[in-house]
Amino acid sequence: MINLLVRSLWNRRSTAVLTIFSISISVTLLLGVENIRQGVRGSFSSAVSGTDIIVGARGGSLQLLLYSIFRIGNAPNNLSWESYNDFLNDKRVKWTIPISLGDSHRGYRVLGTNQDYFKYFRYGSKKKLEFYEGGSFSKTFDAVIGSEVAIKFKYKLNEEIIISHGTGKKSFLKHDDRPFKVVGILKPTGTPVDQSLHVSLEGITAMHIDWESGAPPMEGESLSTEDIMRLDLKTEAITSFLIGLKSKIHAFSLQREINSFKEEPLSAIMPGVALQELWTILRTAEIGLRVVTWFVLFAGLLGMMTSLLSGLNERRREMAILRSVGAGPGTISFLLIFEATFLSLAGILFGLLLLYITLFVSQPLLEAYFGLFIPIHPPSFKDLIILGVIILTGMLMGLIPALRAYRQSLADGMTIRL
Amino acid sequence: MAEAILDLKNVCFSWKNSGRKLLNLPEFIVEQHEHVFLQGPSGSGKSTLLGLVGGILVAESGTLLVLGKEIKTLSNSARDAFRVDHIGFIFQLFNLLPFLSIEENVMLPLSFSQIRAERAGKTKLDQVNEVHRLLIALELEEQIANKSPVIELSVGQQQRVAAARALIGNPELVIADEPTSALDSDLRHSFLDLLFSECKKSGTTLLFVSHDSSLSGLFKKEFSMNEINIINN
Repeated sequence: MINLLVRSLWNRRSTAVLTIFSISISVTLLLGVENIRQGVRGSFSSAVSGTDIIVGARGGSLQLLLYSIFRIGNAPNNLSWESYNDFLNDKRVKWTIPISLGDSHRGYRVLGTNQDYFKYFRYGSKKKLEFYEGGSFSKTFDAVIGSEVAIKFKYKLNEEIIISHGTGKKSFLKHDDRPFKVVGILKPTGTPVDQSLHVSLEGITAMHIDWESGAPPMEGESLSTEDIMRLDLKTEAITSFLIGLKSKIHAFSLQREINSFKEEPLSAIMPGVALQELWTILRTAEIGLRVVTWFVLFAGLLGMMTSLLSGLNERRREMAILRSVGAGPGTISFLLIFEATFLSLAGILFGLLLLYITLFVSQPLLEAYFGLFIPIHPPSFKDLIILGVIILTGMLMGLIPALRAYRQSLADGMTIRL
Repeated sequence: MAEAILDLKNVCFSWKNSGRKLLNLPEFIVEQHEHVFLQGPSGSGKSTLLGLVGGILVAESGTLLVLGKEIKTLSNSARDAFRVDHIGFIFQLFNLLPFLSIEENVMLPLSFSQIRAERAGKTKLDQVNEVHRLLIALELEEQIANKSPVIELSVGQQQRVAAARALIGNPELVIADEPTSALDSDLRHSFLDLLFSECKKSGTTLLFVSHDSSLSGLFKKEFSMNEINIINN
């Protein structure tokens, strides 16, 4: 009987292949969107793993998360070095990472920090930053660059780079009198670290030392690099800092303390909570995308039913012959339902194949061009449920032509004539 | 006297939704090993009668014995099984599944009927040999040898393949429903000769249905639908 089914289907292979193809496209889209969604979420979450609290000037929590971790947007204000020091020595705090933003290099953000950044910063599944070449900065005008920056501009160790004032892609104010030297290149992380240049806090101070209210010094008045080296470069303000706690139990109490800090208006956020806020904003877009893919799938299944139903008319004779050689209406219904099931199953398998090929091909490209790392793993439980629903729907879709064939073959009997 | 193959008494049938009576047969009996010609124009209730005998339709009243078995008492699936076990069918046209080979078409009933499969041969090989014997007897040797696809056969050849399928596994009854109406008269006679000799060899009863009364001379026994079905009177 299966042989009969296969041969019959083979006889109608062009329609069958089209049906399978349309279902598999839907499956690829559906699971692909799901994968990308998870990949986007994952890459966001992986950028802040290990950090318990982020502190910045008073402002929105999402804004703080975006500028301090994702280098999106700007800080409303700086916070003073004294405030930072207050919390630095708190008993509950295990480590801190100061972050000073505001400058850029050819569109990429420059981040001022200290050695703790390389010691404590974690991404992904609590991974440490690693150097591809060179090492951490030790002198004022040393810079450590992210992998994307290195690849994009083909920077090598000891290359001199000029940092611009401000974060625009085209900046007219350049710190060209004080070039930095590349001393380290980081390995790719799939996080905004790849798109950053890291310098010491002293370096940030040195860049701006003789600037007044955001304007560069007059010609001939700027201090020479040698002079600066001799100065005691004290940092007066930073943009934000990350806190790692000894125990997460203290997160809420410390957050409350920072938020009600008397000396300076500050905001403290927990990255997980702020990310949830981000998901809520993105949810509408996600739902929209998912609705579209469900419709694509529905269209695919509808196409299968159409081809089954229209095929039924030309297969009336086949049904009549089968009836005459002893097949009952049950057998004929079974053949149709089995065919629908087989088509949706084949569609799913082909769709999965298509999905994984696409993922394998696009993964390095997405990572290279968008910094978006889409992890490739076998279909999740949720995916399997979605696939199960598709097969079930396929079977149900087969039920309709089967019912029609049942009635038709009863009415036609075995004596259909043309 | 041997038991009749078909024994119909006072059989009535009408379509459920229209209520129009299509068939009212006081009596219709076909004995074993007979070759019976059933003549009737279209609309005379031939198809309905075949549907009843084949167990596709169920009579409203009367007794309908096929091989001594009351068809009505069987369940739907039992009727489907009974049909393939004991009856072979040949239709007017397009009897074959285009995606199967000649041999596979002939062997179709064997996959639905254990009884006919056993009668055709104990092993798969025996069954294939039997298929070949029948096809050769029906003068299709060349087509098997060439492995001709079914769709490339002429109508006459297709009908002979259909005959082989109806005869495989020696069913007690072969019902041929206008099998020759698409053939010209030379082919018609040679087809009938082959069908007769094969039926005779295996002792199969043949019920041959046609509107063409010119063939009736070839049969020993003849019924006319207009006479046995009193609904039109």
